[in-house]
Amino acid sequence: MVNTTVNLCGIDLTNPVIPASGTFGYGLEFAKFYDINCLGSFSCKGTTLEPRIGNPAPRIAEGNAGMLNSVGLQNPGIDHVVSHELPKMAEVFHKPILANVCGFSVEEYVQVAEKFDACEQVGWLELNISCPNVHGGGMGFGTSCESAAEVTAAVKAATTKPLIVKLTPNVTDIVSIAKACEEAGADGLSLINTVMAMRIDLNTRKPVLKNLTGGLSGPAVFPLAVRMVWQVYEAVSIPILGLGGVSSAEDVIEMMLAGATAVGVGAANLKNPFACKNIIEQLPAAMEKYGITDLQSIIGGAHHG
Amino acid sequence: MLQSTFTIIQSKALTASVQELKLKGDCSAITVPGQFVQVEVPGKFLRRPFSVVDWEENLLTLCVRRSGRGTDILCNLDAGTELNLLTGLGNGFTTRHVTPLPLLVGGGSGVGALYALAKNLTNRGKVVSAALCFRTAADVYYVNQFAELDAQVYIYTEDGSIGEKGNALDALELTHSQLFACGPLAMLAALDANEELDAQFSLEARMGCGFGACMGCTIETTEGPKRVCADGPVFPGGVIQW
Repeated sequence: MVNTTVNLCGIDLTNPVIPASGTFGYGLEFAKFYDINCLGSFSCKGTTLEPRIGNPAPRIAEGNAGMLNSVGLQNPGIDHVVSHELPKMAEVFHKPILANVCGFSVEEYVQVAEKFDACEQVGWLELNISCPNVHGGGMGFGTSCESAAEVTAAVKAATTKPLIVKLTPNVTDIVSIAKACEEAGADGLSLINTVMAMRIDLNTRKPVLKNLTGGLSGPAVFPLAVRMVWQVYEAVSIPILGLGGVSSAEDVIEMMLAGATAVGVGAANLKNPFACKNIIEQLPAAMEKYGITDLQSIIGGAHHG
Repeated sequence: MLQSTFTIIQSKALTASVQELKLKGDCSAITVPGQFVQVEVPGKFLRRPFSVVDWEENLLTLCVRRSGRGTDILCNLDAGTELNLLTGLGNGFTTRHVTPLPLLVGGGSGVGALYALAKNLTNRGKVVSAALCFRTAADVYYVNQFAELDAQVYIYTEDGSIGEKGNALDALELTHSQLFACGPLAMLAALDANEELDAQFSLEARMGCGFGACMGCTIETTEGPKRVCADGPVFPGGVIQW
């Protein structure tokens, strides 16, 4: 028997697998395919104060080993999420969730965080300062140490839940931003959000995405994510939710060896709705194959010795 | 919704750009004409969505238009190739209250997408008019298939090279009591602007997941944002903010 339990910022997960924000809605679509209570947890769709339709179509493109999206945080707004989506979610998922908090000002982040903080279903707040598809917010906060620290400190003061700050890879030095967030009070970090990217249509000679750029996710970014998780793990002492292109139980193990305590699965859910279920089912066999009995014990294992 | 393996049993070019694929597999999740499937394409990350053209218990028919590298790969696969499909996606057409003279208007690759509906309606004794609209004679396909259902088939081409010279809007002159349409968005928008009767429009969209999770295919409607994949692909007339 192997033990897949991990502890993320004080809350036990039966396994480290967490569907990533924006790839799992509020859980309902996937609950039609399988019992999603097998998940460690999941991170809900990025939520803003006001409803957002997001960017104009087309907002999906493809790469050789992944996809680009420029959705731009479409969501029904925090009040609707709290009154409608969370109750529906409670019927299909019975564990604490990560509430993904987005905003366009520090005040807005704080207001969304306060409303999520009052929800019993919410185990952690995931502070999204890394969305590459919105202007005047999102990634704007995650690209400098000062603004990342400012919003982290403000939200930390407004919540009783563990605060996990989600970082963007679209920076020159993710380590310094990670450290700034830790010093500002973050209880954990999640990385990476999508990588800013572009495709061009040879027929129209124009970018495929109406927003011009989008966020690349999928297997193409996995090695990049592993590298960044490794670097951040070296520099901070708070837990890391590692994500970016994870699509197999082996990827989960590799991400944990790099330093992740829990592991997000994003684009893989969109290609295969059973991706997380399959990964969770394959995890014990993969652990046995690599001589792992207790998953928690391998966190950061590649750094030692 | 079901994820399962299908096997190509026949792949036939209908025109230079449209390929008819017949696949063997479990069609139990497909319940309504106008639903779609998501096909995993070898070597491509995202699945490709296609309307169900026809289905039986274990036989699925798709018409794939070559519109890029992914569809080219799919159209070039040999019989015997296994494919992973998500089936039973989307709402499909509402056929409970069909009036006596339904008009089906298909444009280009939207023509095949109306076949299952035509079959459903003719089987129920409705007098179906099918207006099949193409750019030119070389693009025409599925005329015989619709005719064999005893539908009244009308062909329109933009250049008049076969059938009537005209487009989908000209088809509205045919006597009808209800409209079902599938084709390019511009065609559907024009029909919606000119039609006052009951209408249902089946939309094409660039999708990520196809089952409502990614928000990639959202459109704006009078009832707020809707996902083409999960809230559609069929929408009633007068609702979409084209």
